[in-house]
Amino acid sequence: MRAMRLPILLPALLVLASLTVAGAVYADPILSPGYRFSEQTGEALYTNVCQACHMANGKGAIGAGRYPSLAKNPKLETDAEAVYLILHGQGAMPAVGRLMTDEQVAAVVTYIRTHFGNDYREPVTAEQVKKAR
Amino acid sequence: MRSPRVTLFVMPPDEPTGTSRRELLKLIGLTAGSAAMYQAMTSLGYAAESGYKGPIKLEGDPKGASVLILGAGLAGMVAALELRQAGYKVKVLEFNNRAGGRNWSLRGGDSYTELGGATQKCEFDAGLYLNPGPWRIPYHHNGLLDYCKRLGVKLEPFQQLNHNAYLHSAKAFGGRPQRIREIKTDFQGQVSELLAKATQKGKLDELVSREDREVLLQALRWWGVLDKDYAYKAGPLTAEFRGYARDPGGGLGAEPVPGEVMGLSDILQSRLWRGLGSFAAYEFQTTMFQPVGGMGRIGEAFAREVGDLITYNAKVTKIAQGERSVTVTYEDTAHPGAIHEASADWCVCTIPLSILSQVEIQVGDPMLAAIAAVPYASSVKIGLQFKRRFWEEDEQIFGGISYTDLPIRQISYPSTDYNTTGKGILLGCYTWNGANSFELTAMTPQQRLSCALDAGAQIHPQYRREFETGISVAWHRSPFTLGCAGDWTDEARKQHYDNLCQIDGRIVLAGEHASYIPAWQEGAILSSLDAIGRLHKRVLQG
Repeated sequence: MRAMRLPILLPALLVLASLTVAGAVYADPILSPGYRFSEQTGEALYTNVCQACHMANGKGAIGAGRYPSLAKNPKLETDAEAVYLILHGQGAMPAVGRLMTDEQVAAVVTYIRTHFGNDYREPVTAEQVKKAR
Repeated sequence: MRSPRVTLFVMPPDEPTGTSRRELLKLIGLTAGSAAMYQAMTSLGYAAESGYKGPIKLEGDPKGASVLILGAGLAGMVAALELRQAGYKVKVLEFNNRAGGRNWSLRGGDSYTELGGATQKCEFDAGLYLNPGPWRIPYHHNGLLDYCKRLGVKLEPFQQLNHNAYLHSAKAFGGRPQRIREIKTDFQGQVSELLAKATQKGKLDELVSREDREVLLQALRWWGVLDKDYAYKAGPLTAEFRGYARDPGGGLGAEPVPGEVMGLSDILQSRLWRGLGSFAAYEFQTTMFQPVGGMGRIGEAFAREVGDLITYNAKVTKIAQGERSVTVTYEDTAHPGAIHEASADWCVCTIPLSILSQVEIQVGDPMLAAIAAVPYASSVKIGLQFKRRFWEEDEQIFGGISYTDLPIRQISYPSTDYNTTGKGILLGCYTWNGANSFELTAMTPQQRLSCALDAGAQIHPQYRREFETGISVAWHRSPFTLGCAGDWTDEARKQHYDNLCQIDGRIVLAGEHASYIPAWQEGAILSSLDAIGRLHKRVLQG
């Protein structure tokens, strides 16, 4: 893709102007007003946070190292590991859960466990997250 | 690179408020990570400066010993240059198809493909650039400055503080940006008046001796630009510091007009005073430098010295060691599937921990645990080319940085080509951790540009007419680092730092992640010099 020129940019500006107010549920980008994440649903959290590395399709990416694929990932059968990683980080993964409430962490883990070809329907609760902090 | 110090001073929206100095440090540590904590300590006088002791002297004959260096960033190339000079046989493996690592400038004609596959073609005009990584050099980063001198990298001043740049909050002063000189002078003046009143009313009698009280009043009057009644007021005196509504001129009708001063409550509630800290911190004090033509000139200069030692497109997949040697397996990414091996007596590994933690490496458990213990900070930089230098022509801003609480956090004006009629590049966004940094990373490059323009236009309405082209680098999408820089916590450093830096058999690690100056190039250089110094001693011991 080429870096954008102005004529393409103006419509995009208008669209994004309405998205800078956070909190609402969009599949589109959100910019939180504070230091912490303001997205509430699992989908909004995934799209605006996790997607940075694990990508829109959940398949991760490969460079000098790799971001693991979350798609059809049997490790997600147990929810504890995902909760732990989000709260505490590991290797390249930052502890993004520190900038989320227990409810937000629960929502995004539940989302990942029921999307990208994963079908683990038991929802993760905020209580579980609280204990793992 | 960033400077993580930025976190401290970018006016994060939820910044906690502390009272005591110790409490402040603790709060900074909690919210911004240990890098910010350390820099805060540095700025408050608790920590030491760069420990560079002059060019390293690796005396004694290594008797043909060989060293394999992994990574051709500054740490790797410092090691290559010094070890070859000391008589070692040196080879370097580098993942990218260029040297420099995070020391890097994007120029017109360059293209950059981030993880996820989006490719941006940089369309900047000739001579214009964005430094996606490090972009400024403190005067006390003696190691880096010395290598610039030795390698003939010409430096110019980097403007950190420009009194005429802005402090901005969407929630203060109706969203209108305020000149730094006005906030600084008015804040200092109003606080001085308050303190003078308290002193005169005897409220400080228990804290300040009678003799000091007199001097304190004099000092407050002098420091806060107070009048003879210790009041901070609009007028010719304060205008000499905060500037004028109409500057003094020549001839008829040229009488200067002082502007109104801001009230204490307005300044306090605006939170804009937080932006002033970025100029006070040790790491940002004048004089700062930048290489003429872009930070990447340093990596290029190193590559002129050691480029013949570097194998590019080498993706390291395994690092094994035995009693007598180290063997590294790597893939030639220009010919996918082509697997090679390289061996040497010793190995200096500068691969970022975000990647090294995924490579099979034969070292002891303590080093393995250390390698896995350091997450990488998030950072996003966006460069924007404009048709004209409106910040200079319309607003008299020549270099420096405006700080804002918008997601872009800051706008930096070029510290070069001042007062010319040509185009210019603004650093239109520089985030360091926090929600917005991740959110911007999760976007497409087009969406990032739109956000940068949308936010920037709130400070400079000229953005909309003058923008031409832009490019963004979100460091967690960087294929060669998977993040910006080692983001140590105090606990992790206490538990793992020494284990990370120890020589393990025939392998030693180096890089900004193995330093107390994370994310700065000086950290990479000092770490590398320390590592090869210890390695050389080990080699001489036989």
